[in-house]
Amino acid sequence: PRARVLLRLKPTPSVPGVTKTHNLAFQECERLQAVFSTRQCANSLCAPARVLAEAVVHFPATLSEVTLSAGPGGKISLRNYMEDEKEPGRTMVTELWLAEDEFQEVAVAPGTCITFCLKEFRGLLTFAEASNLPLTIHYDAPGRPAVFTLDDPLLEVHLVLATLSDPESISQSPTANGASELPAPPDDFADDLESYMIAMETSAYEGGSGAPPSPTFPLRTPGPAHSKPEEEEEEEAVPGTPPHKKFRSLFFGSVLTPGGPCLAPTQEVLAEDSDSEY
Amino acid sequence: MQPSRAAARVVKRFRCGVLPPAGVVNTVARLAKTCTLRLTADKLYFILSDKVANGGVSVWCELCQGNFFDEFQMEGVAAEHNEIYLELVPENLSRALKTAQNAKTVKIKLTNKHCPCLTVAVELPSLSSSSRIVTHDIPVGVIPRRLWNDFREPGVPDFDVSIYLPVLKTMKSVVERMKNLSNCIVIEANLSGEMNLKIETDLVSVTTHFKDLGNPPWASDDECQSSAQGRDLESMAEARIDIKKLLQLLAGQQVNPTKALCNIVSRRIVHFILLHEDVSLQYFIPALA
Repeated sequence: PRARVLLRLKPTPSVPGVTKTHNLAFQECERLQAVFSTRQCANSLCAPARVLAEAVVHFPATLSEVTLSAGPGGKISLRNYMEDEKEPGRTMVTELWLAEDEFQEVAVAPGTCITFCLKEFRGLLTFAEASNLPLTIHYDAPGRPAVFTLDDPLLEVHLVLATLSDPESISQSPTANGASELPAPPDDFADDLESYMIAMETSAYEGGSGAPPSPTFPLRTPGPAHSKPEEEEEEEAVPGTPPHKKFRSLFFGSVLTPGGPCLAPTQEVLAEDSDSEY
Repeated sequence: MQPSRAAARVVKRFRCGVLPPAGVVNTVARLAKTCTLRLTADKLYFILSDKVANGGVSVWCELCQGNFFDEFQMEGVAAEHNEIYLELVPENLSRALKTAQNAKTVKIKLTNKHCPCLTVAVELPSLSSSSRIVTHDIPVGVIPRRLWNDFREPGVPDFDVSIYLPVLKTMKSVVERMKNLSNCIVIEANLSGEMNLKIETDLVSVTTHFKDLGNPPWASDDECQSSAQGRDLESMAEARIDIKKLLQLLAGQQVNPTKALCNIVSRRIVHFILLHEDVSLQYFIPALA
């Protein structure tokens, strides 16, 4: 508490003759060093921040998590993630598809997907848009951290987010979202949307509609027994991955020391998030 | 026949401008968590029945599909009942339509994903060669035919006075200010085109007077308006209603309707009718005790 920093702002044309002095207390803290490397990420995408900002606007402000997937034909999708869904029939599912040429760079394996915290991502997008910087998303398998980076001559930004570790999503998109076999929408949208929608309709779960329609909302049809993607049981921690289902994020502006991480990967929590929201 | 299989294909394409139903859906979304969407061969209806959850308010909104949709195809449960009734969360539809504001095309379709859904697929402009596509799957409940009677169009009540409303924007700003002073508002009107909006509390009473509003000429019929016939032109019919309910109706109106009127049944109910070119909205607010 005794450590102080003095900021003195000299007069400006808008406020002439006034000098503002700010005397701020600060607290030294340990230097954080997260264990991650973008080189360990098999997939990466780079797009102008504006494109991604325009994409997330379609999701409700309260949505916690979003799933990014690499679809066929080079299309990238964002879909709201439904967590702990007791009644999947009640939640609206929103999905957005971006064409490959909206990105500056796409190096992803088709069929890969990750689920991460949208709120944190939105924060970074706001900063990136204001700075007019392209944003790169590096990701690996579900459960491994995803790294969001901004590059600029003056600064380098890394946002590391945990991703949902989900046995189902490793092999395919979560069926709870009902989109696992969805074909990516065709390029010629106007009339092919029809065939796309027909394809959506027919590829969707059907059968088992023997249950009498219920007058109460929602109409239930017995579905294939699918385990929920999020599991409550503790799974063995992947080294360097924060504990399951709690998103941690680290945001700092230093450049990684060359030669990789110097801390041996441990199962300890690397940094407590100050935000206990999750 | 399973409702889900008899489900319709509703394909709508909007070329430009704001989707007209969006305003209606926003109003309905403000009023209740769930509502009923009724689809017939040529019309769409948003229906809110007077449940306790809505505070007794009921809404009947009718849209002529031909005015909005380039293509509209629907197949109901059976030939003689070519209708579909869906229960949905209007807030979801509202959000989906918001996406569609700057769309190139919009398609709405009844699908069966993990459950029956109204799928809104929107094509958005993008700088790339292909468009951005956003889909919203809105879960719906299909209402079986045996319950359709619950959703019949409410009849025009046997009103005491029918009067055209003042300019809604003016009315809204008056009511908004009154809302800060009281929870209830009295609407009174007579057959001489005069309407008063009154609030009364222990500390203050405020009345706003409107004149020369005009009274709609309802076709005289043996059945209805018997209360209005032979009525003293100066005599006021009044009803005390929840001010928030009135504000919900007024707040939802973005565009001035072609015709706006209300029918007052003294101390029982106020029935509002708002007519736009393509949409008609009826709104019933019961009187408070």
